[in-house]
Amino acid sequence: MTLDISQTTVDQVGIEERAASLAKRSIKKETKINGIKLAMSMIDLTTLEGKDSAGKVEAMCQKAIHPLDPSTELRVNGHVPSVAAVCVYPNMVAVAKKALAGTHVKVASVATGFPSGLTPLPIKIEETKRVVDMGADEVDMVIDRGAFLSGEFKKVANEIAKVKEACGLAHLKVILETGELETYDNVRKASWLAMQAGADFIKTSTGKAAVSATPGVTLVMLEAIRDFWYKTGKRIGMKPAGGIRTSKQAMHYLVLVKETLGDAWLSPDWFRFGASTLTNDLLMQLVKESTGRYQSLDYFTVD
Amino acid sequence: MPTLEKKVTRLEVVEPKQLNFGKKWDYAPAPESTDLVKIAPRYELFIGGKFVKPKSGNYFKSINPATEEVLTEVAEANDADVDAAVRAARNAYEKYWSKLPAAERAKYIFRIARQLQEKAREFAIVETMDGGKPIREARDVDIPLACAHFFYYAGWADKLEYAFPGRKTRPLGVAGQIIPWNFPLLMAAWKIAPALACGNTVVLKPAETTPLTSLLLAQIIQEADLPPGVVNIVTGAGKTGAALVKHPDINKVAFTGSTDVGKMIMRAVAGSGKKLTLELGGKAANIIFEDAPIDQAVEGIINGIYFNQGHVCCAGSRLFVQEGIKDIVIRKLQDRLQTLRVGNPLDKNTDVGAINSREQLNKIKELVESGVQEGCALHQSECTLPKKGFWFAPTFFTGVAQSNRIAQEEIFGPVLSVLTFRTVEEAIEKANNTAYGLSAGVWTDKGSKIFKVSSKLKAGVIWANTYNKFDPTSPFGGFKESGFGREGGLHGLMPYVELVG
Repeated sequence: MTLDISQTTVDQVGIEERAASLAKRSIKKETKINGIKLAMSMIDLTTLEGKDSAGKVEAMCQKAIHPLDPSTELRVNGHVPSVAAVCVYPNMVAVAKKALAGTHVKVASVATGFPSGLTPLPIKIEETKRVVDMGADEVDMVIDRGAFLSGEFKKVANEIAKVKEACGLAHLKVILETGELETYDNVRKASWLAMQAGADFIKTSTGKAAVSATPGVTLVMLEAIRDFWYKTGKRIGMKPAGGIRTSKQAMHYLVLVKETLGDAWLSPDWFRFGASTLTNDLLMQLVKESTGRYQSLDYFTVD
Repeated sequence: MPTLEKKVTRLEVVEPKQLNFGKKWDYAPAPESTDLVKIAPRYELFIGGKFVKPKSGNYFKSINPATEEVLTEVAEANDADVDAAVRAARNAYEKYWSKLPAAERAKYIFRIARQLQEKAREFAIVETMDGGKPIREARDVDIPLACAHFFYYAGWADKLEYAFPGRKTRPLGVAGQIIPWNFPLLMAAWKIAPALACGNTVVLKPAETTPLTSLLLAQIIQEADLPPGVVNIVTGAGKTGAALVKHPDINKVAFTGSTDVGKMIMRAVAGSGKKLTLELGGKAANIIFEDAPIDQAVEGIINGIYFNQGHVCCAGSRLFVQEGIKDIVIRKLQDRLQTLRVGNPLDKNTDVGAINSREQLNKIKELVESGVQEGCALHQSECTLPKKGFWFAPTFFTGVAQSNRIAQEEIFGPVLSVLTFRTVEEAIEKANNTAYGLSAGVWTDKGSKIFKVSSKLKAGVIWANTYNKFDPTSPFGGFKESGFGREGGLHGLMPYVELVG
């Protein structure tokens, strides 16, 4: 693989200004309803805690299949789609696979020594193979940020390529952990590197660092995806993860996608939200749109 | 463009490579409600603290350029009306304003600023209805900046001795001020605030197509209880302006508008002893080097030319792009053009509003036609334009040379001319090869290049890696045919004082 890491720079003030200006789009009425449903269908419903158990994951899978319970759905007179996938630790893949059998909800597993990525490459490869064998449809790997920051770009790219190989038919999402890369220039460079090395998706964060997804970082990555597509014709997906909790934030991200990459990317095939608590805020807004009132959180399931 | 959703598998190469900015998830109309504003059926002249009927007996109509609906009718001031306004201003200057302690002047200006802030929403809506600019811009740029100017200059009123250390200042007397239609309230603030802060009284003439926010400002001035005659507002077209400029009892003329009118004014005041500042046209160069942050530069180019429909004297209407990145920049501009939302200016999602007048629309059309005739390649947004009102789709030309009309004449519309260069020296030479010199933009990641280029550009304002940034603390004004004198900042006090002692 010949690696091209010479990238255009990113101006911090400019990118943040542009991202903020797109938060000003007025999303009302049917645009809001459609946007909320679209966002729901793009969620990777996530639990990545040390205390995750089969019981917790099974319950979450039920929520993933029907986010709004059917009786409420009847009342608000509108079908709410299932989320795109659930995202779990390797040991929970089999549990999730079983709970989701017969549905379209995919199983994504984090891998490669998540969240630090500081394990030897053979172990990363082995872990990837295992989760795919256990039924993961998608693999969320982390890059070795230490290697990236010390300029070992080839090492990082090589690891991604090897993990991609180990994925077989499973889709590979590459987590850049942008909060640790610190600069937009680094985010741009890491995005480019990951796309060349074989990522199907690029993803902002593990959710374990101090700073997770931001609109600015997401816009940098969307612009990198756009340039990569123009250069190679290959479509790469995007997944901001961590810190996206409200419908308003989710609508802002959809606006970023719509006005940067256009209609084609407005689909769960090409855009995902990594989130755990976003679901209920989307539901609350959806119910409010049809009843005119905000319901208490007691009316939305916490699974 | 119809959405033909073909399922694309991962990493499959898609041809042709064209992004589709369609209607898969479209924004519903989000018009700002106009219930809040009450536009009177008729507006009089504001002279001596009162709204008075014009001696001319004439009124002209002010229309909404987005719909061609008549909003109201406005008094037309003739020579006698202008004379009455100047007398009122002179009287106010002699009797009250020049005798008032500076700190008291400041209080009045602060009061105007606060009132304006209170009524910001109403002003934004009226500005949009009268001028055609998107509500987002009126709301987020025009009105807040106008408030900021009043606040800023209120602060200077009692500190003039610190602005000019070791010197004493004296006000000039009566200032005659003529403002354009592109930023009606903001230009009124730029003119009135420093004049009052320095102790002058004012006769202001807003543009005939956009008089409404100045007249609403007159109401605020009345409510703020300024001594009668300190600010007078006379409405009308060129003849009213000419009467103001030629009036023997004004001490200072400040004009913002076209270079042609600026030249006429300069001839008119020659030898009269009147102080003069002119802020005229522009044909700014936006220079983008190979090492620029390209996506942000493209945003800056878009903002530089399509902000306020290109009705901006400092609009970045000439793009100089280094040859190595020409193709990529043009492609990005084409994509970005398609995501600009053109339409109802009152819609909160509108990016580009209506052209201010039929006359201006015709001028834009004529110049664009000349670009086509001279063989430049036209690129235009595929947006659908409303049937009524004055509209022009965002446009840019490639293959433009210095010798083309569209590279030399100010279009004052949403039309960009793209030219190329090879070296830094060539960029500077071409950028300076114009009769104008108001503003410029430099885009590069290399700091030393910014300093090298900007020190050689003959333009009053130069932005580096950004564009159209305004702040009351920062002076603004031109070189060459773009005028002289500075507005804003400490420099903006200069045209309104005489330094003595």
